[in-house]
Amino acid sequence: MSNGHVLTPVATEVLSVRHELRDTATLSLLPPPGGAPFAPGQFSMLYVMGLGEIPISLSGDPAESGLWIHTIRGVGNVSQALVRAIPGDRIGVRGPFGSAWPLDRARGRDVLVVAGGIGLAPLRPLIYRLAAEPEAYGRITVLYGARTPEDILYFHQLQAWKESARFHVRVTVDSGADDWSGNLGPVTHLISPVDFDPASVVVFTCGPEIMMRFVIRLLLGLGVAGERIFLSMERNMKCAVGFCGHCQYGPHFVCKEGPVFGYDQVAHLLAEKER
Amino acid sequence: MNARTIFRFDASRLGDLLDGIAERGYRLLGPVAREGAVVYDELGGADDLPRGWRDHQDPGRYRLERSDRNLFFEFNMGPHGWKKYLLPAEEPLWRALWRGEEMLFEETNVDDGKRAFIGVRACELAALAMLDRVFGEGDFRDDRYLARRANLFIVAVNCTRAGRTCFCTSMDTGPEARSGFDLVLTEVAHGGAHFFQVAAGTTRGDALLDALAFEEASPADRNLAKRLLDEAARSMGRHLNTGGLPERLAGSGEHPHWQRIAARCLACANCTMVCPTCFCNTVVDRPALDGRSAERIRCWDSCFSADFSYLHGGSIRQSTGSRYRQWMTHKLSSWVDQFGASGCVGCGRCIAWCPVGIDITEEAERIGEELS
Repeated sequence: MSNGHVLTPVATEVLSVRHELRDTATLSLLPPPGGAPFAPGQFSMLYVMGLGEIPISLSGDPAESGLWIHTIRGVGNVSQALVRAIPGDRIGVRGPFGSAWPLDRARGRDVLVVAGGIGLAPLRPLIYRLAAEPEAYGRITVLYGARTPEDILYFHQLQAWKESARFHVRVTVDSGADDWSGNLGPVTHLISPVDFDPASVVVFTCGPEIMMRFVIRLLLGLGVAGERIFLSMERNMKCAVGFCGHCQYGPHFVCKEGPVFGYDQVAHLLAEKER
Repeated sequence: MNARTIFRFDASRLGDLLDGIAERGYRLLGPVAREGAVVYDELGGADDLPRGWRDHQDPGRYRLERSDRNLFFEFNMGPHGWKKYLLPAEEPLWRALWRGEEMLFEETNVDDGKRAFIGVRACELAALAMLDRVFGEGDFRDDRYLARRANLFIVAVNCTRAGRTCFCTSMDTGPEARSGFDLVLTEVAHGGAHFFQVAAGTTRGDALLDALAFEEASPADRNLAKRLLDEAARSMGRHLNTGGLPERLAGSGEHPHWQRIAARCLACANCTMVCPTCFCNTVVDRPALDGRSAERIRCWDSCFSADFSYLHGGSIRQSTGSRYRQWMTHKLSSWVDQFGASGCVGCGRCIAWCPVGIDITEEAERIGEELS
């Protein structure tokens, strides 16, 4: 962080904008000066003048520390303004915040990544790291579900990973037109123990909460231990540093102990409504 | 602290004590009787204290009444907590502005100066210690809170009377102030005498007492004060059985009683506003009309509002039952996980100021009971 108050952003410049989908764009920013390098799974707070500040996961490659990359889906005032940003725009940034995907836990083991929708963005830094040294892991499988073929995020990158000999990548959509010849149905349909050893696989998942619940239920049924399943949670956030109370999830502050949790940390909460 | 001398002074000299604090550059803040309640505000001196008033509290009820004992501190908790001075209900944090094409952030200064809290009760000291943990002890620290905190002089007052909504003994926070003050007073009226006992808790407190040259309290005086405190401890209007409570509440997610509370709860947020440890806040952005700048304001928020848990698509906690569950399980259970102690200090404010008289001690008992 800068020398200022932890709640004060630092001005930064939007260096480039990539329009990913009709409602989604990826912004490259200069990181806050003197800021800590980020780890896969962490997030930052992005501020748009007069509109407000929102948490957005870092979705670039942590090895490219000179740039902070955020993929944003426009769903509210601030996120829509960010999606409309053009190179040269100034915005505010704070971070990085929160917990990281425990990549070390996966070394030497099969890895299963299950993403849904924009949930692929917080997982991308992790996938970059897996792709950088696939020999350090067992079989690597990335499963991704989107609503329609037009909603498939990072399409070309998924293709490139798919062509890598060490990666299994499978994509499915909830619904597709006649020209869609790929998989149809929820991402859980793509999960197959052919891809991994349930007794040792390490799982990383991010997507709608309902998706993660079904993914985890299925994996537990296959014999995957809860302690090897990691998920990224989303809650309302205002401060990102544990002062505002909004992101509380049972005993956890999602901004501090999360957003990445071990399943065992949150199992009882996931099972309850309106947590 | 125990080694410090206990002094006594006649009640007529309370003004001298407060003046001595003011002369050291502190703005006096303390209880005043106004609009039917004891609230915290600026004090000119001892004459502004709500002398001769006492409160009468029950679930959903607070009344001030005249007391012929004419004491300075016969009342217990009013609706205000000291948090309003450390975490203001509305506070500008910073201003973003355009200078040419550059975006700048200007932080708003904290310039509240030196302030003295007069009449802080034991449960309120516990609440302040808890806020210190929330804002001052984690990986991130709130410099604004810490700046205000560092400029405080705290005069605690021991409770010699417990209200009907009080349960500080259950939470192990009172009625006697044990730490976290510069001075602690005990008001004693006995056999026609009306005096205060006073002891320092810090060297700043020592210095003030040295200057005032009060006489040392006799063993008989100290006995009188101790008896009053014991009596207050015995006369708590409420009790909360805390043994195993955090664990029972943590596993209570689907308890049917949440829905029974929800049938009464108005989700009005009064309990969170009057609670001396409820710290949740939100931010509001106020752009200037010309679009060249915008101010960011931090304001109190409550887990009882629908917006509190808003994510794109809707609020996570739609039902009142889930909001009450969030509040009570946070206060009495997950607070322990987060900050090492209960978030409840037993002041009873949430009981008195609940418009429908929901009593946290009673509801916690019900939730703690086994699923029927």
